[in-house]
Order: sequence, then structure tokens, then C-alpha cells
Amino acid sequence: MENRNENILEVSNLSVQLANQTILDNISFELKKGATLAIVGPNGAGKTMFFRTLLNLVPYTGKIVWVDKVKIGYVPQRLSASDIPISVEEFLSFKNANNTENSLKSVGLDSKSILNRSLGVLSGGQLQRVLIAWAIIDKPNVLLFDEPTTGVDLDSEEAIYRMLNELKRENEITVLLISHDLHIVRHYSDQVLALNRCVTFFGKSESIMDEKVQRIVYGEPVCLHPQT
Amino acid sequence: MAETLAFSLIIGISVGFSAGYLGSLMVLEKMALVGDALSHVALPGIALGILFNLPDPLLGGFAFLFVSAVVIWHLGRVTRLSFETIVGAMFTLALAIGILITPEPDLLEALFGDITKVIWLHAVAAVVISVVAILLTRMIYNKVVLGMISEELATSTGVNIARTNLLYLLLVSLVVAIGIKIVGTLLVGFLVVVPAAAARNLSSNLFRYYVLSSIFGSISSFSGILFADYSKAPAGPLVVLAGIAIFLTTVAIKWASKFKPFGL
Repeated sequence: MENRNENILEVSNLSVQLANQTILDNISFELKKGATLAIVGPNGAGKTMFFRTLLNLVPYTGKIVWVDKVKIGYVPQRLSASDIPISVEEFLSFKNANNTENSLKSVGLDSKSILNRSLGVLSGGQLQRVLIAWAIIDKPNVLLFDEPTTGVDLDSEEAIYRMLNELKRENEITVLLISHDLHIVRHYSDQVLALNRCVTFFGKSESIMDEKVQRIVYGEPVCLHPQT
Repeated sequence: MAETLAFSLIIGISVGFSAGYLGSLMVLEKMALVGDALSHVALPGIALGILFNLPDPLLGGFAFLFVSAVVIWHLGRVTRLSFETIVGAMFTLALAIGILITPEPDLLEALFGDITKVIWLHAVAAVVISVVAILLTRMIYNKVVLGMISEELATSTGVNIARTNLLYLLLVSLVVAIGIKIVGTLLVGFLVVVPAAAARNLSSNLFRYYVLSSIFGSISSFSGILFADYSKAPAGPLVVLAGIAIFLTTVAIKWASKFKPFGL
């Protein structure tokens, strides 16, 4: 049994219904402060909706308790910035105009060369780093990443996750991460939460390489029922 | 006569500036036709203003635009249809009703505007409304842009997108209503679309984009009204032609810079 005082997030009996459809069903788990939780599952399993629920963007039943005094940084799956003439500096200033250079430095970007560039012309890797800079600019203690390396090449992907680990170590950040890449899940997370509307697996990240676990995660959903 | 021209120019510069500023968001939001279509909704209001002998028929147009903005916003929330679709459905009905009930002698003025009848009160109203619209839009500008970039990102930082959109639509209605005085209901959509489109051709950051859009709006109105006074032609079409000339110039500049946004 985990020490309750070390938890940063406690979710119990969380359900979301939209347009008479159950999107998330009776989800319960606890997350320790400073841990990295990977959220996996097939397409349409409700992973992004789960994040939206944690951000309080959709109505839900059940309980979401952020135990610590929490400040959340969020990195969305995709942006629609290609048609908008907005520079990196302007974008970051929307959130915090005083810390733009430091946050870019934290994600390995040279502020001099990138601050005046338009968001729409950045490469996939640069854009993801700018998004992470956006997420950490006001020093959050929780980061939510919705498939942070979609459309990024393999080298950049590894670099982004390495940087994420460093940030996590330096700033004691708790990370929740949605990913389809089991290699990333195995190497860069401590725990795995598998969703398929309900929780189908919750355990240590090493387990995700086990074929039996993968069948549970990506096969017909067999829900784990929370202890009440 | 010189006094009327001065009032016209004051109205033109202030309305062109505010319409250019608000229009910069409309073009980014891919709602370019909303401003155009919304302006037609004012026509039945203007007609009722004439029929009920309001001090200025434009007050009827104001009222109709405001009510329409709220209806469009509410329908958008209920149906999840885009603003453009809803406005598209509403404006043809409004135009048809407007043309049927507007007394014929006033129809041309309502459709194409008439800057020759402006008085000092119109100029003061245009300046005050423009300043208020610009200041209020400034407060929500970044929030609207953030909502365009990512709805989740905006909402996660505390932006209420629905409320922001409603305020923005009301402000557009306000500026469109005073724009009708210069170019009429048929052409006022130009003021919120073309200056912003021209500015987009030359901008790689937001600041340059909305500043240029506002300046292009002002220059279009100013030069169109001046030409109208010189040539004794109606101001509305000349304002549009001046704006289109600016737009074509920016296209040429963009083309000359090898299809890359200017300044990159």
C-alpha cells in the first residue's frame, strides 16, 4: 500500500458520458509525486478525453483529487498554427512574457535564433520543444503530454524524451504521458495505465513488453474493477 | 462642404482602423465571410429604423446586428455548426426581408452607404465606438488567437472560449454597423476582410499583422473618400477599389519575395 501523503493524484470511480455514450468508465488509480505515468491503449480508448477530464474541460462523475498544491502544464497532441502569423516569442508571451528565454534554454533551443521565427515554419521537433517550453514556462509541478512526439523523427523523439527526463529530475515534476510507442513507455515511464474506456491494466512500465499484457491492452477490453 | 469631408475622413480613418484590427482575427479564424454576411443582417433593422422614424435608421441596424450576433453565437453552441454556416443561412433571409421592407428611396443608401450626409455627431460616434472596440478587442485578442491554435491549450490556461467568441462577435457587429455608414451593407464586409488579407501577405508575426491590417483599413477608407470627393462618385466602391489596390500590391510583394512571408 502506497503512502497516501506521497500521492499527487488520486482518481476514483471516474466516468465520462458524452451524447449518451460512455467515454470513460469507472477509472480509479493513484499516482506518486515525481512519477512518470504512461497512458496507453488503442485508438478511441479515451486517452485524450482522460486528459481533458484531468484538466477539468469536460463534465465527469467520480473524484479527481490533486493531492499536492498543483500547477499543470499541458502539451496538446496537435496545434493549428501553420496559418497564423505568430512568432515563438509572441506565443510564449501569451503565458509568461518574463521567462521565455529560460524556458527555451531548458528545452535545448537557442532563444536568439528561434524567438523571432514563426510557429508555422518550425520543424516537428522544434515545435514540440517550443510546446514543452510553453508547458514549463510558469514552473508547473505536473506535466500532461498528449503524444508529444507525433510527427517527429526518431532522433528528435529520443532527444525530447531525454530532455524530459532531465527536466523531471531537476524540477521534481510528475509526468503523465500518452504514447503509442511501447519502447518509449518502457524506457521513460515508471508506471503504465492502459485504457480502453475502462482501466484494462495498471502496473510497472516493464510489464508492457510482456506479450500477455500487450494482448490485454490492445485486445478485447477486460476491465479491472476498482476495490471499493 | 469641407466640414462634411473632414467628418467623413475622420469616420473613414477610425472605422477603417478598427475594422482592420478586428478583421485581422476574423481572417485568421477563417470567418472572413462572417463579417460580410453579418453586415447584410443589418438591412432589415435599417428598414425598420426608417419605417419607425428613428433619429438615425442605423440604430435599427445596430439592434439587429447585436441580436443576430447573440443568436449566431447561441446556435453555434447548440448545433456545433461553424459561425460561417449559420451566418450564411441567416444573411440571405435578412437581405431578402430587408430589400422587401426598405422604402425604395432609402434602399440605395442602405446598400451602398452615403458619406455625404454625415454630421459631427457621426464622426464623434465613429471615433468613440472604434476606440472602445479596439480596446476591448485588445483585451481578448491573445485569447482568441490561442483558441485558434489549440482549444485545449486555451481552455487549460483559463480562457473561456465561448464567452470570448460572444464578445468578439458583438464587437464585430459594432464595427460593421458604423462601417455601413461609409460603404453600405453590401460592401462593408470588405473593411473586415481585405485589409487583413493584405496584411497577412506581409506578416510573420502577430504585431506586424494587426498593425498593418489596421493601417491598410485606414488608408483604404481615407483614400477612397478623398477620391470620391474629388470625382463626385460614391465613396463605398472607391474605398473598396483602394483596398483592393493595396491587396494586389501586397500580393506582388509576396510574389517578389519568392512566395515566402515578407520578412522571414
